Amino acid sequence: MTATPGLMARLGDLFHRYANPGRFLRLSARLQPWLTWPAIIVTAIGLGWGLFVAPADWQQGDSVRIMYVHVPCAWLASSGYFALALCSLLSLVWRHTLADLAAAEIGPVGACVTGICLATGSLWGKPMWGTWWVWDARLTSVLVLFFLYLGHIALIRAFDDQQRGYRAAAILALAGAVDLPIIKFSVQWWNTLHQPASITLSKAPTMSHEMLWPLLICTIGFNLGFVAIIIARLRAAVMENRIRLLLSAPAARGSSSGSVTDRSKDQGEQVA
Amino acid sequence: MKRKTRRLWLVVFCLAGLGAAAGLTLNAFSSNIVFFMTPSQVASKPPPSDRTIRLGGMVVNGSVHRDLKGQTPINTFEVTDGQAAVTVHFEGILPDLFREGQSVVAVGSMAPDHDFTASEVLAKHDETYMPKEVAEALQKSGKWDPKFGPPPDASSWNSMTAQTPGSKPKSP
Repeated sequence: MTATPGLMARLGDLFHRYANPGRFLRLSARLQPWLTWPAIIVTAIGLGWGLFVAPADWQQGDSVRIMYVHVPCAWLASSGYFALALCSLLSLVWRHTLADLAAAEIGPVGACVTGICLATGSLWGKPMWGTWWVWDARLTSVLVLFFLYLGHIALIRAFDDQQRGYRAAAILALAGAVDLPIIKFSVQWWNTLHQPASITLSKAPTMSHEMLWPLLICTIGFNLGFVAIIIARLRAAVMENRIRLLLSAPAARGSSSGSVTDRSKDQGEQVA
Repeated sequence: MKRKTRRLWLVVFCLAGLGAAAGLTLNAFSSNIVFFMTPSQVASKPPPSDRTIRLGGMVVNGSVHRDLKGQTPINTFEVTDGQAAVTVHFEGILPDLFREGQSVVAVGSMAPDHDFTASEVLAKHDETYMPKEVAEALQKSGKWDPKFGPPPDASSWNSMTAQTPGSKPKSP
């Protein structure tokens, strides 16, 4: 136990340095254009390559091109949720305001991406498998992920006291993280209608390189876009928070003495 | 700092407990989570004929027969997992991807004579994606016949290009 507080303190310091909202605003203002423009350009290249240049599959024909949207969205749905769970951990253990705000902003974007993944998968399933939807392990576990996102969105905004909302939603997000390995391994643990992964760490991709490259470029583009949207939303949320504090500050000042005013200003600095 | 450490451990223990609970539950329900049964499972333990099951496996080469009853096609084919084979009867239109050597999932029930009557047939494509030219080149060189199952190891063909179908694969 003697080493743990030291480690915890150091971890805490590290998070505090990068989670300071003022520093975040300055850093992200510089970062934003370097995320937004590459995201648009890379996604455009990847989609153009995938939809028009890449070859059709030998048995699926041109329907295979749905893959260039479906697969990046599916990966993003999981990694977005992982980021949500990470923010929830930071919020529960270290009580970081920025992590709370980030969790609130990741939710809707992640739900959107998961929705696209489910919709494109359904559109792909009808002509190829012969059905819009089946209750196999992969499809069901991704649907559960979608509902987890929706639940998180609702819960984090459900309380008059924002802090309680953050707390409750963080617990939900962490509990829901159990779904992530189930999604990943569902196609290995059980036989499903959904095919196993084509791209794994241990084996050569079972996909022609002519299809693999546009897919990877689409994935990079989608990921950059996701991060760019989250950063933009988070900047807006931080500024909104600041304005709210500024607006509520005079009321506090008017009703109390000078020493309290200083303290409330301090708090304002810390939170905003 | 002490309180943060305690909160961290609390979260870790809760997650570990939840993970274990989820793992045990999924393990217990494993037989219900599988989307389909294989022909050898069906052969070793035939389900009652009034129960709807899903049967998954590969369509045996040369086993597909198509008839017409009025306007509805009547299909008969065998599904195998390499160890056992089950004959499937299906009235209706098969999905586009259905072919000999393709993996399919048939929804229906076992008849008392151990034939399977399907009300729905789904095609299950595998995780390989290749251009038409590469598939043709593999077939022409005799490395693969789609009628007999999945393609050879991916590293032998995934760097082949569609422009030069006859080019040598870049493999060790």
